[in-house]
Amino acid sequence: MEPAGNIILRCEHLSRSFTTPSGTDYRVLGDVSFDVRENEFLVLFGPGQCGKTTLLNLLAGLDQPTGGFVEMQGEPVHAPSPSRGVVYQTTSLFPWLTVMGNVEFGPASRGIPKAERRKQAQYFIDLVGLKGFEKSYPNQLSGGMQQRAGIARAYCSDPSVLLMDEPFGHLDAQTRYMMEQELERIWRAEKRTVLFVTNNIEEALYLADRIILLTNCPSVICKEYMVNLPRPRNYVDPAFLQLRKEITREMDPTQ
Amino acid sequence: MKRKKYLWLSIVSVLCVLVLWELVTDVLRLMPSYMLPSPLEVCKAFAYKVSGGVNPDGASLWTHIATSLKIALGGYLAGVVIGVPLGIAMAWYKKVDLFVKPLFDLLRPIPPLAWIPLMILWFGIGYGAKVVIIFISSMIACVVNSYAGIKQTRQVHIWVAKTFAATNLQILFRVALPTARPMILTGLKTSLGSAWMALVAAELLASTSGLGYMIQMARQMGRADIIVVGMIVIGLIGAALSSLLDLLTSRIGGKKTKRRG
Repeated sequence: MEPAGNIILRCEHLSRSFTTPSGTDYRVLGDVSFDVRENEFLVLFGPGQCGKTTLLNLLAGLDQPTGGFVEMQGEPVHAPSPSRGVVYQTTSLFPWLTVMGNVEFGPASRGIPKAERRKQAQYFIDLVGLKGFEKSYPNQLSGGMQQRAGIARAYCSDPSVLLMDEPFGHLDAQTRYMMEQELERIWRAEKRTVLFVTNNIEEALYLADRIILLTNCPSVICKEYMVNLPRPRNYVDPAFLQLRKEITREMDPTQ
Repeated sequence: MKRKKYLWLSIVSVLCVLVLWELVTDVLRLMPSYMLPSPLEVCKAFAYKVSGGVNPDGASLWTHIATSLKIALGGYLAGVVIGVPLGIAMAWYKKVDLFVKPLFDLLRPIPPLAWIPLMILWFGIGYGAKVVIIFISSMIACVVNSYAGIKQTRQVHIWVAKTFAATNLQILFRVALPTARPMILTGLKTSLGSAWMALVAAELLASTSGLGYMIQMARQMGRADIIVVGMIVIGLIGAALSSLLDLLTSRIGGKKTKRRG
């Protein structure tokens, strides 16, 4: 089944190699091509260290591909842009700024007047459930709350696409479940196109409209799944478990 | 608070030294007074110099302190004003780094005092020579610390700023400088300490006034009591400068220190 919606982001034959210190070429990303549809929740699922961060940096425009290209709404991507917000794996909040200072960093960089950007920032701080923590510093927040602030910060520049690089990778299992549910709630309240990278199959199935499976280095796309389960999903729903089994077997046929 | 509870330890340590000093000099007479004056003699000499006595070096203690402070602070401020921006520019702009680094690496290992002979040739033994020496020594500490501080900026923070379309200058001021701030403040502190020490040493070699000059003259006149007074005053002023700077920087960064509490 074809995913619905207009293509917003497109990768064509994207590859990225790095030169190792010994001078040989190390290919992290093989020939990767896929489209991202407007307002879909697309999960890139693959094993650890399979070049997912490399791929995300290419999409963000922070890195240039060795081959192929990235296009956003028909325009080639050469540099970072506020239209593509990024949420990182480790805490990437600025430790010298409060939650408010962090969230309004994007609009402030673009010279938006204080009153206006405060209003925007406050809206997203409330949305992610950090009301009352505006004046806290990142080191006063738990891991989950830090990632909430990171999500609010990415949202606050009003991006069309949100790129998320294993944002819950460092959280404990309980917090992780909670954050997955929270992210879905936030996403449903403020629909954006999300490209979410993870190595956790449950997380992928809980969040995704569509899952793209990546293999290990050099990573290439090996399969694609549509997830048509009703939201919010149930981790122990038989259909959920069935799909989980299928994908697990695909990644590891011995299972 | 622990600190208050064990304050007596600090008091005892100072008292021990005083008692030992008194024993060695007045009580047991192990050291003759021209080598180590007793605490009482030092107190008398101190009172004499503080109240404006000009012997044996030709000026009161206050004149010497004023001379030393003027040179130390002048050279220090110039070192900070040039050194901090230079270190930041070197760390942030590759070309500045490539241009300045070789010169800097060559100049850095030269001890400040090794500049004295050349500076005396150029400026004589007045203010100029010593201001330049203090300037060099404090500038180097400021450059090294600011440079290291900026280099600590995390890649992911730069990425975040870039995805918000921040310009290179915005990233420098809003990401790299806040990261480097603690290191820059450390640089200000260490360079103030080394400025003070380098100054007194410079005054021992070339001057007509100042605390270093005062103890040098006292040695020539065989006045150990004045030497000890000078050393104690040098120590006190050094400590006072350092705590003054602590106070100033914590005032600037009040928000920072409070947040951990």
